[in-house]
Amino acid sequence: MQDIAGHSGNSHLALRFRDVGKRFRDGTLALTGVNVDVANGEFVSVVGPSGCGKSTLLRIASGLTTVTGGTVDVRADRLGYVFQDPTLLPWRSVRKNVELLAELERMPAAERRQRAAEAIKLVGLTGFERHRPRALSGGMRMRVSLARSLVLRPDLFLFDEPFGALDEISRERLNDELLQLFLANRFAALFVTHSVSEAVFLSTRVVVMSPRPGRVLGDFPIPFDYPRQPQLRFSDEFAHVAARVSRCLREPEA
Amino acid sequence: MTATGEAVEVRTRTALRAGQVRRRGGRWLGRWGPPSIVFVLFLGVWYLFSYVLLDSDRRFLLPPPQAVVKVAFLDADNRADLLRALGLSTSVALVGLVISIVLGMSVAVLMSQARWIERSVYPYAVILQCIPTLALVPLIGFWFDFGYNSRVIVCVLIALFPIISSTFFGLQSADQEQHDLFTLRGAGRMTRLWKLQLPAAMPAVFTGFQVSATLAVVGAIVGDFFFKQGDAGIGILIDLYRARLQSEQLFGAVILASMLGVVVFWFFGFLTRRVVGGWYGSAAYSPPP
Repeated sequence: MQDIAGHSGNSHLALRFRDVGKRFRDGTLALTGVNVDVANGEFVSVVGPSGCGKSTLLRIASGLTTVTGGTVDVRADRLGYVFQDPTLLPWRSVRKNVELLAELERMPAAERRQRAAEAIKLVGLTGFERHRPRALSGGMRMRVSLARSLVLRPDLFLFDEPFGALDEISRERLNDELLQLFLANRFAALFVTHSVSEAVFLSTRVVVMSPRPGRVLGDFPIPFDYPRQPQLRFSDEFAHVAARVSRCLREPEA
Repeated sequence: MTATGEAVEVRTRTALRAGQVRRRGGRWLGRWGPPSIVFVLFLGVWYLFSYVLLDSDRRFLLPPPQAVVKVAFLDADNRADLLRALGLSTSVALVGLVISIVLGMSVAVLMSQARWIERSVYPYAVILQCIPTLALVPLIGFWFDFGYNSRVIVCVLIALFPIISSTFFGLQSADQEQHDLFTLRGAGRMTRLWKLQLPAAMPAVFTGFQVSATLAVVGAIVGDFFFKQGDAGIGILIDLYRARLQSEQLFGAVILASMLGVVVFWFFGFLTRRVVGGWYGSAAYSPPP
């Protein structure tokens, strides 16, 4: 039996949510009966209104929070987490910021330095290694945050609305670059966003969530082949797919 | 952008690089001109009071500036006394500050490690801050001595709390996502403290240093008034000159004590800018995208 998006079986899963529920200590029910699978090499976006529990899903997947119902199965060995805020340490240079996670993993210095240099090159920030975060624009800081995660070469990437605070042009540029990184490294990704067009542009599948308590309303395979050109955003087919997703998002009862 | 955060003016002659300050000509005058004018006016008012408003037998209340300079600073013996006393007070303040920093930061780090520690210790730190130092002076005298050591203790009592509170506040200034970054990698308590919390605390810690240093100077001078044994600090000299009505030397001593406070304040401000100045941006500077 073929899964949606054409993957057969579930033997190559990176992440599986089965009937996941989350109730916080103050009684708020954030998630209820959530079923989402992310296979290796799949890029899955989650769109939903504010407060629907999208970020909670990521926190559960990363182990920062636990489920209060159902199970979560993380099959990936190495996790990368990209926060909404670049979360750079202001007292460290770009290079030292990129090296941070590797430092915490006790990677030997030479290897760490080399991987950091590669990651900095991948995100296009060569030449900025000595800069402090203060001297960087929002987009550049986000790139540093990405590079930092890339150093550990994760199998599963968790993104929490990483480009939400950027202007549209920076956002589109970073989307293009993220796609290139995805195609080069083929990690699995769970990408939370507010933006339907961003979700449709980046993903192999888009999951739509309801308002709180969050549950899955729809799971849409995206029929466009990779690599996707920036102009795809302006095509009729794209608009059509995006419209279907948006309709599901805005009319939960339908 | 200069170290003090002033915007760099655009010049048509040569472009200024970031951080470069033009020292000659208009800019320097623009910065030091106004305070100098005020200083001159201040001297003018001083002269007015000394010569016009006071007659010669009351002039000791406010000796004219040149008399102060001549008797207090130009006379070799007086100058030596004043400078020696200044040196001693500086040493008292410095030792008091160092002890406050070591003790204060340790207490703050301890409090940051567990809620129950914070709740048990912090109230006592506050009480310490609220007890009037003057009330403790007789006790300090009985238990220690009436000289150097007790002056240092007075300094510590006055300067300790700002270090505790600013360090503690600073240790909690790392935000949740930065902590999450460390949690996701399984970082231990010490790693978190050393690589995240302490660096994040630095701006607050340095501000605490500046406040405590200025308080330590006050403490050193006040300590002098209660603990007069041993070598004279500038506070003792002030009291001595007051008792003998040697007003020129008295003014000289007061001026030196004030200058010590100003220099200390400026120095720690400079240190703060040097160490943490590059960390956080100001709204005035917009980098290229």
